[in-house]
Amino acid sequence: MDNLNLNGNVPSGDLSDKWTKYRSTLPLVAPNNKLKIEIIVVGTGLAGASAAATLGELGYLVKCYTFHDSPRRAHSIAAQGGINAAKNYRNDGDSVFRLFYDTIKGGDYRSREANVYRLAEVSTSIIDQAVAQGVPFAREYGGLLDNRSFGGVQVSRTFYARGQTGQQLLLGAYQSLSRQIALGNVKMFTRHEMIELVVKDGKARGIIARNLLTGELEKHGAHAVVLATGGYGNVFYLSTNAMNCNVTAAMRAVAKGAFMANPCFTQIHPTCIPQMGEYQSKLTLMSESLRNDGRVWVPAKKEDAKAIRDGVKTALDIPETDRDYFLERRYPAFGNLVPRDVASRAAKTACDEGNGIVPTGLGVFLDFSAAIERYGKSKANILGLSNPSNAKVIELGEKVIEEKYGNLFEMYEKISGENPYKFPMKIYPAVHYTMGGLWVDYNLMTNVPGLFSIGESNFSDHGANRLGASALMQGLADGYFVLPYTIGTFLSEDISTPKLDVNAPEFTAAADLAKQRIDKLFAIKGKQSAESFHRRLGKIIWEYCGMSRTAEGLTLARQQVRALRDEFYADLYLPGVANDLNPELEKALRVADFIDLGEIMVVDALDRNESCGGHFREEYQTPDGEALRRDDEYAYVSAWEFKGADQDPILHKEMLHFDNVELKTRSYK
Amino acid sequence: MKLTLKIWRQPSQNVKGKFETYSLDNVSEHMSFLEMLDVLNEKLSFEQKVPIAFEHDCREGICGTCSLVINGQPHGPLQGTTTCQLHMRNFKDGETIVIEPYRASAFPVLKDLSVDRGALDRIIQAGGFISVSTGQAQDANAIPIEKDVASHAFDAATCIGCGACVAACPNSSAMLFTSAKVAHLALLPQGKVEAQKRVLNMVRQMDLENFGNCSNITACEAECPKGISVSNIALMNREFLSASFSSNDAN
Ligand SMILES: Cc1cc2nc3c(=O)[nH]c(=O)nc-3n(C[C@H](O)[C@H](O)[C@H](O)COP(=O)(O)OP(=O)(O)OC[C@H]3O[C@@H](n4cnc5c(N)ncnc54)[C@H](O)[C@@H]3O)c2cc1C
Ligand code: SF4
Ligand code: FES
Repeated sequence: MDNLNLNGNVPSGDLSDKWTKYRSTLPLVAPNNKLKIEIIVVGTGLAGASAAATLGELGYLVKCYTFHDSPRRAHSIAAQGGINAAKNYRNDGDSVFRLFYDTIKGGDYRSREANVYRLAEVSTSIIDQAVAQGVPFAREYGGLLDNRSFGGVQVSRTFYARGQTGQQLLLGAYQSLSRQIALGNVKMFTRHEMIELVVKDGKARGIIARNLLTGELEKHGAHAVVLATGGYGNVFYLSTNAMNCNVTAAMRAVAKGAFMANPCFTQIHPTCIPQMGEYQSKLTLMSESLRNDGRVWVPAKKEDAKAIRDGVKTALDIPETDRDYFLERRYPAFGNLVPRDVASRAAKTACDEGNGIVPTGLGVFLDFSAAIERYGKSKANILGLSNPSNAKVIELGEKVIEEKYGNLFEMYEKISGENPYKFPMKIYPAVHYTMGGLWVDYNLMTNVPGLFSIGESNFSDHGANRLGASALMQGLADGYFVLPYTIGTFLSEDISTPKLDVNAPEFTAAADLAKQRIDKLFAIKGKQSAESFHRRLGKIIWEYCGMSRTAEGLTLARQQVRALRDEFYADLYLPGVANDLNPELEKALRVADFIDLGEIMVVDALDRNESCGGHFREEYQTPDGEALRRDDEYAYVSAWEFKGADQDPILHKEMLHFDNVELKTRSYK
Repeated sequence: MKLTLKIWRQPSQNVKGKFETYSLDNVSEHMSFLEMLDVLNEKLSFEQKVPIAFEHDCREGICGTCSLVINGQPHGPLQGTTTCQLHMRNFKDGETIVIEPYRASAFPVLKDLSVDRGALDRIIQAGGFISVSTGQAQDANAIPIEKDVASHAFDAATCIGCGACVAACPNSSAMLFTSAKVAHLALLPQGKVEAQKRVLNMVRQMDLENFGNCSNITACEAECPKGISVSNIALMNREFLSASFSSNDAN
């Protein structure tokens, strides 16, 4: 099986100075040569915008693409809670090593040590860069930057901008990108969707982009292609991702030979607003930061839970002694701040046991009353009020909570119609993030030379579970501080390659392929909408490849996904025409790729006979229901080679080596 | 609930549009406004008709993609709320709802309810940034910024670029949008260095894009889903005046 073993191309040397050394020995591209080198960046989220801006600053000719009408709309805009960095501004014992360690442990020992260390190392520069761009992070009264703590760690290293950290960081990157656009270093193509990758002489040399306004299939060439196209959480249909997030760019690369790594590692976020009805189009996240002050509970008695579900009782009717704060009970050391996978599964267990508190049975409480009282008292103290009334304490406490989470509380109230200051929030886990993605080496290059992948679209740094506030960090680390250097390893060999000729046969063939796919969908002339197939796919994946998985369920899921694919190609109804703005066609093309990805996910989950991070196989658990990892057999990255929808994908393994941390059973008890 | 919907249909930018009437039963009050449109589109699809094009993405009020003028108001009747956050419980059973695209010459209609808001990006490209390249930054805590100042800048920085202010303004002015960015950056020490050049260039681009003038009607503030204050416009005017006096050229 040797030929199936992948190499991450990690440079040798000590973990702590690997990156510094490597970076100073990386081949460089001279300024005059950069002016002749074109780079395509697909995506303008944190990863894409930061990479395109930085590459433009360095002097490359950058072409940047997004299906949105503006680069500022990328899904990164929705991130709420914060971004980690090992600044140790709190002096609470944080360090690069600790951030590295927490990330490796949080990821349940399924990520590459060297990449994670580099991420922790460059994290501090991200904060500097963002502040210089004018990102208005939260500050203390002394004018210095504030921090909060996030799930799964015991230090405060999360920088935040109210509940809108992603928005502010993305606007920072977008503004830098805008500057490069104005300078002519980056050419921006909005409303363009990449629907095919062009590979020439074994190297990624361009893309076919569909102009979403005219439907034209445009050929764009470059010396290298960078995918910064985000995650695939919408394979579940319902998720916290924006409606248009999709996996098409990655799957088009996979169809051209790129490997999809760890696709079954998906993250279910514990605190989202529960689903209300069948028509529902997406789920809304309530930031993890809320778990700093909110306590998660269900009624201890099943009859109370039922009374709440039936609307006979409310949370306020349940006395303290009849509440089960199940995270605090099961995980005394971390309590409500256990990592996401642990918190999500615990909520599921509580609901499976019949203690759920919303009509569907799938919901638990997130309660702020204790925090409101605590903050109220401390505020009263500061104001010098002796013996404040209960009402005064609560009033003051609610003010503090409003200052910290005002916009989240408001968002909750808008959606649910309930006031979360008075009644505990109702929450349930929902799909949120995908750790899996395109396989990349230490240079962030896929196995297709010249094709790079950054941000959520790659598999790299989070192993089997991502810690809160680490996705923003990774996207910006990749885009600002890693890719712009490592891309030189590939490009330095290509300085004499002339501008790519888009009339070359490879481009025409790729455009023809895209056209055939579109024509095929129109030719079906069936009866069911793309949306309805998407919804059904999501149900299958959520049911069998969601929070807990079994070999039996996964086997069934694979059959169902295949049957759904057949039905899709036999009965899709696609309105409108190809050469026009046609959102239904966009959706249908994306759903087709989600179906193929869905099957690979299921195959991956079936292959991994262990439980780790977000991947919980019921067959592999400890007697008290915790995940049972099997390091002896499964300490590898699974990278799948796609052989067409009707064939089994081929597994390649990248063995993981841990030289700097000891593999332990994660314990948050 | 049961609704009558009068929706603007326009096949493309250069073809004239008109209102079409649809009726929809079984609308749940828990649905969001866009989910209601999803249901209508699914129904149209099922009847083998062409669904209505409208723009949306995050559906949580942050990306600025959704637009729509609902019963004459950009983002509908609820203050401080984007269209995607609007829920059907804010409408009455049996109501007729009129849905149209934003109307402004700087925002041409592309199809049905979608418009082109690229002009807003070009205003940012003209100067809505701080010129710092990657790697040039000093330590983030090197310049302390007073909490209130940072918070004030933040308020301006929360603009989502949706363009409702333009749609709300009888003159189709983009002053609220432009001033929010000018204020965000001008209030921060990092942004002061380029403040003069920035305001001149952004205002010039705004004029080039065919946005109208501001005549202090303040409909923009009333319809802005993020509560961006018209005090930013006053700040921008001051910045612009002082920049015009002290600098004779911008670029
Ligand atoms: C609600 C929510 C809250 C979150 N909160 C946090 C948080 O507090 N902290 C944290 O660290 N992380 C958070 N995350 C995760 C984090 O936001 C994302 O992982 C991260 O922003 C992804 O950035 P990205 O640049 O990789 O991709 P994205 O921001 O998703 O950008 C993808 C880009 O690719 C483009 N694109 C995709 N496909 C194509 C194509 N085929 N053709 C052309 N363009 C294409 C899109 O238009 C877009 O511009 C949150 C996520 C969600 C859903
Ligand atoms: S100022 Fe308000 S209305 Fe105008 S673009 Fe910004 S958020 Fe939208
Ligand atoms: S869809 Fe994002 S703001 Fe409405």
